[in-house]
Amino acid sequence: MKTAPPTVSNAEPSSARLIATLGLAGLLSGLIIVTVFEATLPTITAHKAEMLRQAVFKVLPGTVSLQPLTYKDGQLVPVDKAEKDEESILAGYGADGRLIGYAIPGAGPGFQDIIRLLYGYLPEERRVVGMEILESRETPGLGDKIYKDANFVANFDALSIDPQIVAVKKGTKTAAHQVDAITGATISSKAVVRIINEANTRWLPRLNKVIDEGFKQSR
Amino acid sequence: MPKSKQDAYQEFIKGLWRDNPVFVQVLGMCPMLAVTNSAENALAMGGATFFVLVASSFFVASLQRWIPKQVRISTYIIIIATFVTVTDFTLEALVPRLHKELGAFIPLIVANCMILGRQEAFASRNSVRLAVVDALGMASGFLFALLALGSVREILGEGRLLGMDLFSPDFEPWVIMILPPGGFLTLGLLLLFFNWLRERKERLVERLDAWEAQGQ
Repeated sequence: MKTAPPTVSNAEPSSARLIATLGLAGLLSGLIIVTVFEATLPTITAHKAEMLRQAVFKVLPGTVSLQPLTYKDGQLVPVDKAEKDEESILAGYGADGRLIGYAIPGAGPGFQDIIRLLYGYLPEERRVVGMEILESRETPGLGDKIYKDANFVANFDALSIDPQIVAVKKGTKTAAHQVDAITGATISSKAVVRIINEANTRWLPRLNKVIDEGFKQSR
Repeated sequence: MPKSKQDAYQEFIKGLWRDNPVFVQVLGMCPMLAVTNSAENALAMGGATFFVLVASSFFVASLQRWIPKQVRISTYIIIIATFVTVTDFTLEALVPRLHKELGAFIPLIVANCMILGRQEAFASRNSVRLAVVDALGMASGFLFALLALGSVREILGEGRLLGMDLFSPDFEPWVIMILPPGGFLTLGLLLLFFNWLRERKERLVERLDAWEAQGQ
């Protein structure tokens, strides 16, 4: 803004001057924003990747190493980096190099905004063994219990997926495929269950196919 | 006190107490009600607003003679938006958890009428020094108000303050306090309290005056 002459007059300034002032202000502002963006981006990306790794170790107990996989042309292919979207899953391996299970991401509408979560799945036992909410804006004090309430989260520690996961009224859980919903946050609880069921319909046929083929090959 | 120093002091106190942006001017209500469900969120929001207001006031006051009045509001908004975006990225890099809690309300600081109001009403027509002091006062006043509201809501709504449990486990939290209606209720009660304080002070001054007049 130093190009304009520092005069204070009552005369109407020319349009060119007005455009120049705003243009210059916009340019400087853009420069500052890009600089800060570039400076903070590595930290932000690293943090997000770290959060995802931590979440995988939480939902797949015993995991020591990870391999992101994506589904392409009828098979699972390894990729370099886990994407945040629902197009890739993470295979978790134990200390002996044996496959433990898969961490599958899911997303769907909750009570207020999209809920993003990650859950651990053991293909052999057909069980969900852990669930971690990655992103949500559920009501503080009610809906946010989907990750703050340890009792609710514990529902997903050994959850059968057959025939389908269902949310039931709190305290009425009797079968291995049922989840005790949170009192006062039924919509959020059901949303979590629905997201997992949807991700299951999407990924399980793919996983089963790959597992069957691997079985045939090994014979 | 020298006059200029006293002026600066007056400008500071004005924002913090006499013309408090929240309790007296009732400005900036959107972040005030939305993110004060805990004292920690209130502090983070207050801190972010503090930085944006002080930095914007400094630049608006420094550049006032080069900004044609026809485009002044647009220029102020560009300056404010720049600092808000910088704050947004910085918070996301340094304190991702808080950034997540505050969500959309950090970008929305741009639309906080308290900030634009200070640029138009004060920073654009005063010296840089006074503008910064005024911004410091107003920002502290805003932070103080947010913290007052956030603390009350967290104590009653969760039985905690800054994450520390205050009561025995038997305490049943008033969930309504951390929901939106709790924000309106608490704000209304705090406004009532501060107006009562003011009125009491005015009446006291009146009575003193009357007493003095009688004595003479």
